[in-house]
Amino acid sequence: MAVAIPHREELMLNMGPHHPSTHGVLRFILHTDGEVMRKAVPDVGYLHRGIEKIAERQPFAGFVPFTDRVNYLEAIFANQAYALAVERLAGIQVPPRAEYLRVIAAELNRIASHQISIGSVSMDIGAYTPFLYLLREREKINDLFEALCGQRLTFNYLRLGGVAFDVKDEWLRRLEAFLDHFEPAIDEFNSLISANEIFVKRLAHVAPISAADAVGYGLVGPNLRASGVDWDLRRDQPYGIYPELEFDVPVGRGIRGEVGDCYDRFWLRVEEMRQSCRLLRQAVAKLPAGDVCAKVLRKLKLPAGEAYGCVEGARGELGFYVVTDGTDKPYRVKIRSGSFAALSIIEHLSRGLMIADLVAVIATLDVLAPEMDR
Amino acid sequence: MQLLAERIATWLGMEGLPRQAVVAGVVLVVALVVATVVLTIAGILTWAERRVAGRTQSRVGPNRVGPLGFLQWVADGIKLITKEDVIPAAADRTLFRLAPYPVIVGIFAAFASVPFGQKLIAADLNVGVLYLMAITSLVVVGVLMAGWASNNKWALLGGVRSAAQIVSYEVPSVLAALSVVLLAGTLSLQGIIGKQGGWPWEWYLFYNPFTFVAFFLFFTSAVAEGNRTPFDLPEAESELVAGYNVEYSGMRFAGFFLGEFANVYLLSAIATALFFGGWQIPGVTPDMQAASPVWQAVGVGLFALKAGTGAFVVLWLRWTMPRLRVDQLMGLCYRYLLPLSFAMLLGNAAYVWLVPQWAAWVVQGATTTVGLAVAGVFVRRVFYHIRHVGDDVSLDLARGESGTFDPQLQVRVYGAFRRRHAGDSAS
Repeated sequence: MAVAIPHREELMLNMGPHHPSTHGVLRFILHTDGEVMRKAVPDVGYLHRGIEKIAERQPFAGFVPFTDRVNYLEAIFANQAYALAVERLAGIQVPPRAEYLRVIAAELNRIASHQISIGSVSMDIGAYTPFLYLLREREKINDLFEALCGQRLTFNYLRLGGVAFDVKDEWLRRLEAFLDHFEPAIDEFNSLISANEIFVKRLAHVAPISAADAVGYGLVGPNLRASGVDWDLRRDQPYGIYPELEFDVPVGRGIRGEVGDCYDRFWLRVEEMRQSCRLLRQAVAKLPAGDVCAKVLRKLKLPAGEAYGCVEGARGELGFYVVTDGTDKPYRVKIRSGSFAALSIIEHLSRGLMIADLVAVIATLDVLAPEMDR
Repeated sequence: MQLLAERIATWLGMEGLPRQAVVAGVVLVVALVVATVVLTIAGILTWAERRVAGRTQSRVGPNRVGPLGFLQWVADGIKLITKEDVIPAAADRTLFRLAPYPVIVGIFAAFASVPFGQKLIAADLNVGVLYLMAITSLVVVGVLMAGWASNNKWALLGGVRSAAQIVSYEVPSVLAALSVVLLAGTLSLQGIIGKQGGWPWEWYLFYNPFTFVAFFLFFTSAVAEGNRTPFDLPEAESELVAGYNVEYSGMRFAGFFLGEFANVYLLSAIATALFFGGWQIPGVTPDMQAASPVWQAVGVGLFALKAGTGAFVVLWLRWTMPRLRVDQLMGLCYRYLLPLSFAMLLGNAAYVWLVPQWAAWVVQGATTTVGLAVAGVFVRRVFYHIRHVGDDVSLDLARGESGTFDPQLQVRVYGAFRRRHAGDSAS
């Protein structure tokens, strides 16, 4: 009698909070049938630090260093999103040189963040070497940031009304030398791993996200674009001096599998690194002379109101919603981060995947615990 | 063995002893010697792996203990012996304690019939190939025991994955080895080596196209049996944390660990014996070798060189390749390797049956030429990239120089960086 017996037993596995592939302190409760998952339920909150509450006790300028800690891989974006919101409320005009320096810092930061992201994709698929190659390159970005603002991770480079430090020509030459070196290094990375048949087979056709699902779950940034939705805040909701710079927005096109699969998400970040290099070269070439920070009162007092500042971060739209009540501190700050949205789709994606695929999904969605929990 | 025992008994002046006692004594001594050799090989391989990994990943690797960090494995061993042997409270204590032994026994016992040299072999069994394939299967038992006894779901998953993998890949590897057995007409490893010669065209690797393919099938399946990347799913760090040995610590963990590395050498040694002419020296007949201790030593060295090269390739693969998924792993085995190895076996049988001697020589020559050409192209490509290290770009960012690039090069390796950081990244 060849009757399939529907067996209901399932194995409950606890993945995390300490697991090599959960990228920070993140926990998944896996309901599996052997290797195949029924579902994976994310459990968040292990890295909650109450940053939004901290904002309510800080003067406006005093909160900037805390925004670094929202996501240690994209500190500049958090700086900038918060600064945009406050500058909108206070009506501060940012000098042009500062705007360019913000672009330079942000795009460098984007490259550094994507390096970690695609590096950890390859590491989670089992190839350790490409990750170290990218860390080697990232070290040079850290050196550049150290020369720029004295910090290697939590930069605290932006100020309300501009940036903290001016750059010298020497630093710009160093940056150009880095770009000359890094663009071929992307080729090196690609020839090592991106075209590897095993690697492609592990990512292509795995967990595709349709455009409707991506919009429905509120995905942003590279994850959204990989699903074929052409949406980039730098171009479609411009801020800073991005309208003056030329760049393409890569969109997922199913390069080795179908649109929105894991390989698309991985490949999109590789392409974005190239676009960031392009932006950096333009910004260095066009950098005007002038002040790097507007005059802003040290004890800033803002009238009651509210503003939303958002930037296209490495993990998509990173937004700070600031409400003021006429004092020198924000009344309320709400942070909107890309990782949280990306995490929410994992339970939907996980049905029928294998455990090894879940690892690939987490890595390609670029979910990072500190940004999620704040 | 019996003769040897009698000779030793005479030599010791103890003819009166019961022969069984002398045999038992000799076996014990030989076993200890083999175990020591295997432990040393496995230990050195752990050091080699870390150095190879370091070089692959443009870092240095261990270089503090001894010259080039060579004694690192001794230090690691001492550390692991002195560590606490933690047994989880919920574990099945007996099974948990026993689990490393089948792994160690399975691998170490296999070394008893590895022909390190013409006379350097602990036991030249007339069923050598069969014995090797059978005894290494003991590993599965140990791995399953470890996975089950740990009372940890991740360990269990790793153990089950491992069992499925080893049992599946056993089949193509045995079938590929059988191709050689068919040609040699013997299961004894010394017999198989004796049928080959020292020169590459006398190896079974280049005997005919079927054995050429069979070698790659054997090597792939053997790597998979040894749970090495790209088939290291049982201990996939990013998925299963550490797989079946996640709960193990101290010397018991070292048991699994050394077993894995001894297995790397074992699979290379078997491949050397089956396909690469073993200890045969080019231009020296086995009889000449038997007569001269110097040629004996050269033969042992040559075997170690061949097997060491094989082990290096396994390490190299590990630090270059990503990992397959479970279903892809099984698909590879049952869809490609198994039918192919059957085809190679049948092909060899037909070859032996149908092809006359003069044609066989032509085929042998052609296979050797093609095979060496393929190997030559591969080696040239590798060395091309190694030679071009440092040609392309100055990474001296402090001087602010921008590099120039050769557009012909697809892969650029950055030697300037390596030279600049070779000294200081060790600290």
